[in-house]
Amino acid sequence: MSDERIVPDGIELEPERYELDGALPYRFAVGRRGFLGLLGGVVVLVAAPPGSSQESGRAGRAEGQETDLAAWLHIAEDGSVTVFTGKVEFGQNARTSLAQAVAEELRSPLSTIRMVMGDTDLTPFDMGTFGSRSTPYMAPQLRKAAVVARELLKELAGTQWSVDPATLEVADGQVEHPPTKRTLGFGALTKGQKLVRTIAGEVKATPADRWTIAGRSATKVNAREIVTGGHRYTSDLGPGPFAPSELLHGKVLRPPAMGATLASIEQGSIESLAGAVVVTDGDFVGIAARTSAEAGRALESLKPKWNLTPQPEGRELEGRLRQAPEPQREGQREGRGGGPYVVGSVADARAKAAQRLEATYTVAYIAHVPLEPRAAVAQWKDGRLTVWTGTQRPFGVKSELAEAFHLAEDKVRVIVPDTGSGYGGKHSGECAIEAARLARTAGRPVKVVWTREEEFRWAYFRPAGVIDVKSGTDASGRLVAWEMHNYNSGSSAIRTLYDAAHQHIEFHPGRSPLRQGSYRGLAATANHFARESHMDEIAAAVKLDPLEFRRKNLKDARLQAVLDAAAERFGWAKARSGGGVGYGIAGGFEKGSYVATCAEARVEPSGTVRVVRLVAAFECGAVVNPDQLENQIEGSLVMGLGGALFEAVEFDRGVIQNARLSRYRVPRFSDAPQIDVVLVDRKDLPPAGAGETPIVAVAPAVAGAIFAATGRRLRALPLVPQGLPKAPA
Amino acid sequence: MPVLELLVNGSRHRVETDADESLLTALRDRLDLTGTKYGCGEGQCGACTVLLDGKPVRSCLTPATSTAGKPITTIEGLEEGGRLHPLQEAFIEKDAMQCGYCTPGMIVEAAALLRRTPDPGEAEIARAMEGHVCRCCTYPRIVEAIRAAAGRTPKPKSGRGGTPTRTGP
Repeated sequence: MSDERIVPDGIELEPERYELDGALPYRFAVGRRGFLGLLGGVVVLVAAPPGSSQESGRAGRAEGQETDLAAWLHIAEDGSVTVFTGKVEFGQNARTSLAQAVAEELRSPLSTIRMVMGDTDLTPFDMGTFGSRSTPYMAPQLRKAAVVARELLKELAGTQWSVDPATLEVADGQVEHPPTKRTLGFGALTKGQKLVRTIAGEVKATPADRWTIAGRSATKVNAREIVTGGHRYTSDLGPGPFAPSELLHGKVLRPPAMGATLASIEQGSIESLAGAVVVTDGDFVGIAARTSAEAGRALESLKPKWNLTPQPEGRELEGRLRQAPEPQREGQREGRGGGPYVVGSVADARAKAAQRLEATYTVAYIAHVPLEPRAAVAQWKDGRLTVWTGTQRPFGVKSELAEAFHLAEDKVRVIVPDTGSGYGGKHSGECAIEAARLARTAGRPVKVVWTREEEFRWAYFRPAGVIDVKSGTDASGRLVAWEMHNYNSGSSAIRTLYDAAHQHIEFHPGRSPLRQGSYRGLAATANHFARESHMDEIAAAVKLDPLEFRRKNLKDARLQAVLDAAAERFGWAKARSGGGVGYGIAGGFEKGSYVATCAEARVEPSGTVRVVRLVAAFECGAVVNPDQLENQIEGSLVMGLGGALFEAVEFDRGVIQNARLSRYRVPRFSDAPQIDVVLVDRKDLPPAGAGETPIVAVAPAVAGAIFAATGRRLRALPLVPQGLPKAPA
Repeated sequence: MPVLELLVNGSRHRVETDADESLLTALRDRLDLTGTKYGCGEGQCGACTVLLDGKPVRSCLTPATSTAGKPITTIEGLEEGGRLHPLQEAFIEKDAMQCGYCTPGMIVEAAALLRRTPDPGEAEIARAMEGHVCRCCTYPRIVEAIRAAAGRTPKPKSGRGGTPTRTGP
């Protein structure tokens, strides 16, 4: 994933865990250009960046697929502008911010740009919406397409008026010849045309300091549909596209524990289900009925017998994570080691160090809890399968469907309505497959919406992890040795930006007892928690202020800048912990952006811990939409508090113990602290993604604040699920 | 199947329901009023909130039969004559949403709050809204939007400084 991660020196220790599944053996051509040839008006094709078809794993393996296109932009003969991209909208605001980029270059009002997103029949192949890639990678491409379209429109106008296109201007959705004040709308120019352009050579987009639409706050383009309840999420579909009574509701039989397989199902119990469609196919048992309640009742009346397999106990977790994974089952790819990063000799340097510390940090499994659970509506028609579903990987799910039903890829269409969030949790297509399987037998469209409990039990989690850190510091408080081993949780942001002449950093895949996958920020949260907590521990040991100790060991100017900005806004210099109140600071870097977070924690005599204030300074290059960026940062901070303070998935022998919202605590109104966001806008730098990185420094800043308030160093996430833990005897 | 008369957003509907059907299912699957969302099925997230007799209830835990004949207001019923409810306007204005899935429930609950307490403070708002989950965690903005809708200039909670430009609506 060479274009995906920005690691200081380009070394990559582990490909990120963005996909759960292995490679498909085949993929068929789609004949995209045939479709394009049908469009009148002007089409600008956006080439995909080189290398994007060489991704490992299913989503990127695309022999025969036209992966050479990343997006296209169409100006129809009525002048309407439509942008086609395989990216999807999950609340991260791509629909608006990408439209802003196009509006900027087309010199057109934002409201005139229509975005078609995440429809595998209409939009070009896209690996998926994850990794904070839409802004840094897709937006510049669309920008260039819009520049090419704008110049093409000027050429067309120049020809009509017999003037030099260079003398023309584009503003407010039309081309103008300033000397004569003549104007032509986009529609008048594209009428009768059938032009297809590909971006070739260097295209100069408007520099950030001259943006007039991008770079400013714009209201979410579909905000009105959302506040009126008019927007149809996948789970809201139907009868909309179908005849009123046509749509059936599906439910799927779940095993009592992970690893259980269906032994048998009593035939009599199936036959008694009048009016419901029952599908038993291998391990799959599902029911489609007129209402979901009816399907649920029918499901409950079944009498299945299960074969259970031994599953680890919850208390075995740390040991399991430290074990190397079993040889991977075929088709599985859940992250792999990439070898250690070693500079100098940590052992020698520590032997000579004035101060040596070592500590182990742990992070729990946590659940994404997207408020809209997995949902899909599937319809078979004329040998083609169409599935509406909320997935971050429409093309990946299309492949999963093609594979599951032995279909050619061009017989499958996946459409992703703007979805009720994902945070990395909706990469997989299990719900789509379930709906499609039921719909095939039913001969009618079927909707499957997972219950909250199913979402907790059968989706996947942010990996748990164990992280060992050893350090050595010289007499002047300079870090000389740094060793860090991450077991199981992942390698994102595993490298340190602090100077240490001797380093050993390594990710070790573990034997995860639970299904795990991507989560906002991936392992960057775990690695920052361990690293920044340990930096605090050293600072305390060498009796330096946590910020001062970091400054002393940091050359990276961008990280330094956000640390200083956060500290200044927070009033760090004057903050004196005591009386049950503590202050903490942490900083970090991931996916091209930098963050520093200051936290104020209050620890009540009862042991209840409240985070009352967070200040975050964030720098992600040039800012595209300041208000939406702040919205993402604020959301990341509060979401990060959940994992920092109390979120944890409890399990035992293959069963999730807290698979309900009443048992799994997520942040609520009363948990949201006072928040202050400082945006460091670097108009001289290209925009980086911003939906993930602001989460990474929350947990260590809070752990530092709790330490400052109580003298207790907590090394396990979540820090205080039941309040401050009892002091060890 | 029992046939109920539901009075939703000022219109009468005769609806066939299952005996134990929730109001949420009746609204969504029988009347196609899908602005009311399923989030947890146990009254913990607030996404399914509607007004029953003017009071907020969790429609996922409310039997449809118990609501027969009583006035029900859903998110679809807050607009009046094509004009958005002040809360709907304020949520747009303050960008008090990301994925938007929790938004209808939040707005309906807040509408009941403002009816009870026309000018609530931040703490009152947080208390009244505590039963609602926004997993995108836009809580501070939701509080701001409710205060804006209450007809007050919201006190900036924190200054929110550092924004290079704040233009647009």
